[in-house]
Formats: sequence, C-alpha cells, structure tokens
Amino acid sequence: MPDAPQSLRWLRSLRRRPELLIVVALFLYPLLPVLDWIAGGVFGLDLQIGGNLLNVMIFAILALALNLQVGYAGLLQLGIAAFFAIGAYTTGIFTVEKYPFQLGFWGALALAPVMAGLAGLVLGAPTIRLRGDYLAIVTLGFGEVVRVVILNMENITDGPRGLNPIPPPWLPDWLAGAIGGGDSRRVGFFVMYYLALLVLVALVVLFRNLERSALGRSFAALREDELVAACMGINPARIKMIAFSTGAAVAGLAGALYATKLSTTAEPNTYDFTYSIMVLCCVIIGGLGSLRGVLLGAFVLLSFDNIVSPLITKLIQRAVGFGSTNVLLQFSNWRWLIFGTALVLMMRFRPEGLWPSSRVKAELHHEES
Amino acid sequence: MVTLLQQLLIGLTNGMVFALVALGYTMVYGILELINFAHGDLFMLASFLALTLIGAFGLETAGTAGLVLGLLAIVVLSGLFAAGLNWTIDRLVYRPLRNAPKLAPLVSAIGVSFILQNLGLFWGGLPMAVFGGGNSAAAPKSFPNLVSGENLLGPGAALRITAKDLMVVISSLVVMVALYAFVRFTRLGKAMRATAQNPLAARLMGIDVDRVIGATFLVGGGLAGFAAVIYGLYINTINFQIGYQNGLYAFTAAVLGGIGNIPGAVLGGLVIGFVRASSDQFIGAQWQPAVLFGMLILILVFRPQGLLGTNVREKV
Repeated sequence: MPDAPQSLRWLRSLRRRPELLIVVALFLYPLLPVLDWIAGGVFGLDLQIGGNLLNVMIFAILALALNLQVGYAGLLQLGIAAFFAIGAYTTGIFTVEKYPFQLGFWGALALAPVMAGLAGLVLGAPTIRLRGDYLAIVTLGFGEVVRVVILNMENITDGPRGLNPIPPPWLPDWLAGAIGGGDSRRVGFFVMYYLALLVLVALVVLFRNLERSALGRSFAALREDELVAACMGINPARIKMIAFSTGAAVAGLAGALYATKLSTTAEPNTYDFTYSIMVLCCVIIGGLGSLRGVLLGAFVLLSFDNIVSPLITKLIQRAVGFGSTNVLLQFSNWRWLIFGTALVLMMRFRPEGLWPSSRVKAELHHEES
Repeated sequence: MVTLLQQLLIGLTNGMVFALVALGYTMVYGILELINFAHGDLFMLASFLALTLIGAFGLETAGTAGLVLGLLAIVVLSGLFAAGLNWTIDRLVYRPLRNAPKLAPLVSAIGVSFILQNLGLFWGGLPMAVFGGGNSAAAPKSFPNLVSGENLLGPGAALRITAKDLMVVISSLVVMVALYAFVRFTRLGKAMRATAQNPLAARLMGIDVDRVIGATFLVGGGLAGFAAVIYGLYINTINFQIGYQNGLYAFTAAVLGGIGNIPGAVLGGLVIGFVRASSDQFIGAQWQPAVLFGMLILILVFRPQGLLGTNVREKV
C-alpha cells in the first residue's frame, strides 16, 4: 500500500481511532446544528439537541466519576449524588450575590472538586475498610444526610429554593464579543459546551491511561481478589481511598458544571437516592469499568428521559386525547419500572453491560464456570 | 418526665413495626448475606393490598364483630400476599444469582425495589373510593381509622395510651414469640439456623438449602405483610414511598441489633423507634432522616457487629 501523502495522515489516524470522529462531531455540532435544522424544518419540532448534548456530557462526567469508584475499584457507592450536590452548592455559595466570596465561575470550578474530594476523604477515612455491602449502606446514608442537611440549613443554602442566580462563566470582553456578538446566553452556552467537552475528553484520556498504569492494575487486582492483592504488597485501604476521593472530586466538578448550566443549584431533593441510582444504572447498563460503555449508558439514559419519554407521552396523549389524568398514560411514570427491570435483566443475563470492557467481562464470567 | 415516658411509648409502638420489618432483613441477610433492598417496598405493596381489601370488604361501615373478622382476614391475606411475592422474587431474581459476584444480587435487589415502587404508584391510581377515586396516583392515601385512638387513661390524663398502641404492641409480641418458637423448636427452624451458620455444611448434612432459603423469604415476607396492616392501622396514611424510608430504618434496626440475629432485630427496632420519637420531639421532625442515617453510619464504623451480634469475619 503506497504511503498516503503527508496531508492526509490525520485521515488514517481517524480510521484507527473511530472515537475521534465522535469528538469531532461533538466539537462541530454547536456551530452546525444540522439535526436541529432538520427537526425544525421538516417536522416542526424543537429538540434542542445542543442543550441536551451538554446535559449528556455533564452526566457522563458524573458517570465516569462513579465508574472510577464502582467499576475500577469495586466500591459499591450508592450516594454519588451527595458529592454532586456538594460540588453544586460549593459553586452556589462561592458565586451568588448573597455571599461576599463571589469567586465567579472559574474560581468555583476549581474549588468545587476540592470540597467534594475533601468530603470523600472525610467519609472514606473511617469507612473504606468496611466490607462491600456495609460500604454501600454507609454511602447511601451519607447521601441522605447531605440532602437533609442542605434542605434544612435554610439560612445558608436557601432550603428548597436552592441558591440562585449563579452567574454564567466570565470571559474577557473581546473574547465574549468574538464568540457570541453580545448575546450573553449564547456565550454562556458555548463556553459551557466546550468546557464540558474538554473536561470529558480529558477524563477519558486520563482514565484510559489509568487503566494501563500501576494504579489501574492495582484496581483490577483488588477487584479480582483482595486477599491475594494485599499479599502482593498492594495496600487495599490506600488504593480504595484514592479511587473514592478522586471519584468524589470528579463528581464535584460535574456538580459545578451542572449548577452553572442551570444557573441555580436546583432544589436539594434533586440530589436524592434515585439520582444516585440513576447514575449507577448508567454505569451498569453501559458496562462496569468500560469507558465507552459508560459513555453509551449516559447517552442512552438521558435520551430516554429527555427525548424518548416526552415523545412517547406526546404520542399516547395524541391517541387518547389530552387532559387524561390516568397515571398509566404518563410515560414518565413507567420510568422506574423500566430501569428496575433493566437492572434485574442485566444482572441476570449480561452483568458486564452493553459495551463491556474485556477484562471486567472475564472477571464476571470467571466465577460462573 | 411525662414527655419522656410518652416518647418511650411512641418509640415502643413504632419500634415494634420497625422490628417486624427488620426481622425480614435480618433473616435473609443471615443466610444469603444479601441486603434485600426490595423488602421495604414489599411492606409498602402489602399496605396497599390491605387498604384495597378494607375498601372491598366495606370495613369502614362494619360492626364490631365484622370489623374484627375482616381485620383478621386482611392480616392473613396480606401476610400470604407478601410471603408469596417475596418467595417469587427470590425464585425468579435472586436464586439464579447464587454463585454470581456479590454485587449482582445487590444491584438486582435495588432494581426489584424500583419495580415494586412503580407498581405501588400504579396501584394508587386505581379508581377506588379508598384511594380517593384515583385522582392522583402519587398522593398519600388515608388509611381509615378503624381502631379507636381515644386515650384509655381518660381524656384529661397527661400520658396517652390508646387501644391502637395496645393492639400494635400485643399483636407484634404474639407474632415475635411465634417466630422465635418456630426458629427455635421446629425442624425447619433448625434447618434455617444451620444454613445461616454454614450453608455448605448444612447441605452436606442433607438439608435442602434452596428450600430453606425459600422458606426464609416466605417467613420474612409474611412478617412484612403483617407489619404493613399494623402500620396502616396505626399511622393512618400510606403512600408508594413508605417502603423506601421505613425499609431503611428497619435495616438500620437490623444492623444495630447485629445483622443475622433475630432477638437483635427486635431490640434494634425498639431502639430505632425510641431514637426516632425523641429526635422528632427534641430536635425536629425535619432532621429525622439525618439523625437516623447518621446513627447508622456511626454504628457501622464503630460497632459493625451490632449490639447482640458476634464479630464475624468476612468469608474468604
């Protein structure tokens, strides 16, 4: 095969790494929202795919954080929403007008993962040695405690109203002008979108390298057999703490992005047990410990919630007439039945997930034989 | 002093209900080392069945004799329903995963829990008069006040003891004594204790372990069904989410008493009932989940074997 000319070399690297295509597509989409044009022009629907993609990316960052804890280190964590909430409320407290800090978005973005990571250290230090199912209960309990504390400390967190308005990311005027031409909402969206994309790509690259590093191999050894790993000189508690607090910090970062995107911390009950389980669903359905699987899971789950579910509800209501109060006809009411069934079926028939990592798959099927 | 005594009494009645649910957690955990997340939601579905039956039997307008008979029938039916459902869930969901990594049944249990909650939501949407005509499926349903809530010590007395309190405490005690006798003196009970100690050795002694596990799910489910009727009659309001929170409190009780330990679950239930009542009184009801879950974390960190449990090493 003749050598391709120098200028076409990047095309070949694309062929070897098809995921680069997805990154390029995500990079170009806000500039050329083709699908939105088609949906709007042909079907008359406003799908807001750009905004939904931003949601998917933020959720995917959170799911990657959980994957570090559950998928890599094998720590069943049922309270990831607590660290997400700590990130969101750190952003709120350090940016809203009510408080004297007003670090602005960039300061809060740096601070949120630090606070969430510290919370992870504080919770993990005494509990990380507990056996697996007890750790699950501790994290679940922590999630509830954090939610209730945020809800009840009204003089600090504004209780059920949430802290708002959280300002959009600050940019120098010349840059903002170049991006949005004076439309501040557009500038905010672009900054958030590309920032989330950058963080997501950086995390994927980081985690991919991690899988092949000494630390990543220690994770796999611990997952497969903690006793043997400990005999080989791996300190289980230390390795687990690294995974737990780093995962917490990444979840806090996702929280900062989430709150800024919404421009409010939203009400504390957003960050409840069901939210944690939703993230867990995403990791398990996609594939524990599999980067591409987790990203796929985030995409599938959020498209279900934001696009498929409203669409089906609309279709049902068109068929039976509007204003029906029957609980069965709201498709979103079937959500937990569907997710619950998915969890049960996945565990029974495909515990490695939709798009598994070969290593985890081998581990899960090893014990059956 | 009277306040404290009153909180102790409220704690005792609430604690009895927690203890009944906690028994189901502790028995399953004792044998399978599985936190059966769906157990609380089983309790919730049984309370919906009880309310449905109250509507179907027309108990709100029945005389005393009819009321007693009807309630007995409801206790039996919802006990059978919860027992059968629990057994079926084990058979279909957990049993195929006996040799899988521990994460698998735990995640499945979370899945089942959400399925049951969703079914409870739909159940609440039934167009029955007792459900408020099916207007809002998610709204709390009022459970008719069938047992008198009048103070037995007279209307002006400082301490309040009602027929309801007596019903809860006495009927729960009867059930607990029966359970204890069953586990202690019957062949099946002996098989359960043997399986909990060491499933492999039990199998080698000729015990049909799968049958014993099935029986454990039946008994645990039956207790949850009974607790659901008692809860409805005592608290007088149910909704499709009562299973989640009460289930977690009951689990806390089971851990507090020493998970796998049957008298421990009862003791844990009573302690949780009392802590809950006093935290509502002295700290504020809105802090209740934080107090109880905070307590759960502290127990797990400082005394994971619980009050009555012995220190069990994780099996390698």
